[in-house]
Amino acid sequence: MSLRTAWRKSVNVIMLSLTGACTLVIISVLFFILGYLIWNGGKDISWDFFTKLPAPVGEPGGGMANAIVGSGKLLLLAMLFGVPIGVLGGVYLAEFGGRTFGFLVRYTTDLLNGVPSIIIGIFAYTVVVVPMHRFSALAGGFALGVMTVPITVRSTEQFLRAVPNPLREGALALGASKWKSIVTVILPAASSGIITGIMLALARVAGETAPLLFTAFNNHYWSSGWNQPVSSLPVMIYLYALSGYRDWHEQAWAAGLVLLAFVLVVNVSTRLVLSRRTSVPR
Amino acid sequence: MSSNVTVVKRAPDSGSVRAFLHKLAVGDAVAHLITLVCAASIVLITSVLVYQLWTNSALSRHAFGWHFWTTQAWDPVFEHFGALAFLYGTVVTSVIALALAVPVGVGAAIFLAELAPPQVSDMLAFVIDLLAAVPSVIYGLLGIFVVVPFVRVYLAPFLESALGSLPLFKGPSYGVGILTASLVLTIMIVPFIISVSREVLLAVPREQREAALALGATRWESTIKVVVPYARAGIAGSIFLAMARALGETMAVTMVIGNEPRIAASLLAPGYTIASVIANEFTEATGSMYLSALIELGLVLFLVTFILNGLARLLILATEQRGGSHA
Repeated sequence: MSLRTAWRKSVNVIMLSLTGACTLVIISVLFFILGYLIWNGGKDISWDFFTKLPAPVGEPGGGMANAIVGSGKLLLLAMLFGVPIGVLGGVYLAEFGGRTFGFLVRYTTDLLNGVPSIIIGIFAYTVVVVPMHRFSALAGGFALGVMTVPITVRSTEQFLRAVPNPLREGALALGASKWKSIVTVILPAASSGIITGIMLALARVAGETAPLLFTAFNNHYWSSGWNQPVSSLPVMIYLYALSGYRDWHEQAWAAGLVLLAFVLVVNVSTRLVLSRRTSVPR
Repeated sequence: MSSNVTVVKRAPDSGSVRAFLHKLAVGDAVAHLITLVCAASIVLITSVLVYQLWTNSALSRHAFGWHFWTTQAWDPVFEHFGALAFLYGTVVTSVIALALAVPVGVGAAIFLAELAPPQVSDMLAFVIDLLAAVPSVIYGLLGIFVVVPFVRVYLAPFLESALGSLPLFKGPSYGVGILTASLVLTIMIVPFIISVSREVLLAVPREQREAALALGATRWESTIKVVVPYARAGIAGSIFLAMARALGETMAVTMVIGNEPRIAASLLAPGYTIASVIANEFTEATGSMYLSALIELGLVLFLVTFILNGLARLLILATEQRGGSHA
């Protein structure tokens, strides 16, 4: 073996192992995050965390029941706003869309998806908080709702396009009108995909903090209505982590663990649903 | 579906009005209209977003003009606003993060696309997607309690003793600062680079690799001299996408950068970014000029990420179509 060949082969081995090392580093970061959160948050999590209001500084115990319910309320509002627009917009793109307008909608959707979440917060502030003159759950839900739209639209379109054409033609041949074939045949055929898209969108906005800071704001007690400021897990993590109190840091770790668990469980389970679905032969 | 259209066109005599009434009666026109409204509302939302950012920043844009971006004074009391320090912090943290993330990200993407068996690759890619799904406030939490102490106790003293003669690594470190924010950002953007780069690398036609290997290239040579150049537009797209993420990232950066609006030569010193100042000061902004200045920051952040995302999409689309047409 000539010297040059030996050199090339060793470069080959070294560089390829380096790419493997890169992958290993990144994967281990995820496991580090998971492990560290479980180790740190696990010991601070208790029944109280889910059932009690935050304790004042200096008093041990307390929980984040209001933040958990608040996050739930915000996600519900986000869903009420984002899902109709997202799913119907996706139906338009897959079933009705014209070439030019369809392209415009798709491109805008992708760009909206890339807008930093803090900008969405400013947007919700100007169109909801300013006219209402107060921070509210509605404003926070609107901000999160806007953020769910792009993911829902694109996943709905994608899964509708994956429905085989013979199904459409079969429905039309039986005399169904187009909308009837969409509602009774095409949407049900794509439903599991569409639902996973919605779940992924919700999991993504569940962890958003920046758009809530000046829309839903925060609340140390139970929120008394939809037009009142409301607490949420991500905002509580942010505030407690930056505070100077040890008790609050522990609460932040516990909240971080709960939030991460929710996000990861949704992501993993949707993945399982999708892979099972696609492995079923048509 | 095309047969459906011809039927409608051949509808007897009175033509399109009749056809329209027929469509209305069976409900297709209504369904079309409703879904159209929903699709159009996405465009509407985006337009209103731009309009709101533009009009609400008018006060500050008119008062300061371009000086806003060239001066450093950020004084809410006397309503003097200059955003240079925020611009500096945003650009520097993103550039350092990219410099660290691109080699690691592209390297890992090469491993996943070229070396790993397809099933392993898919599984690892899924794990990396999970990393992208971790909320940024959790990165911030780990940043405060893990990365900040690490930088303060180990990294900063080491850098200062090794490279302290450079102004870049001079001065005391409190742990929080530009460098810490860049490190956290690196971890946050790597998953985007990996998953998009992997897709574009996988879209490179097999024949390209086989031709290179047949000519006697090693695996690495075929990758770096044939596959990567073939996919370079898409990889560049993934980098733009990651850059847009880095510029707009708010919570994790706010929690570890130290939030001091000044430009320091040292990377160990605290700084501030555009997104962080909006997050920190928006609710405290009392005067309308103050608010307007913050919204102008938001407007520019929006425009930059908008352009970067647009470019990224076009590049990725171009690469994948090129790969697809050859396959």
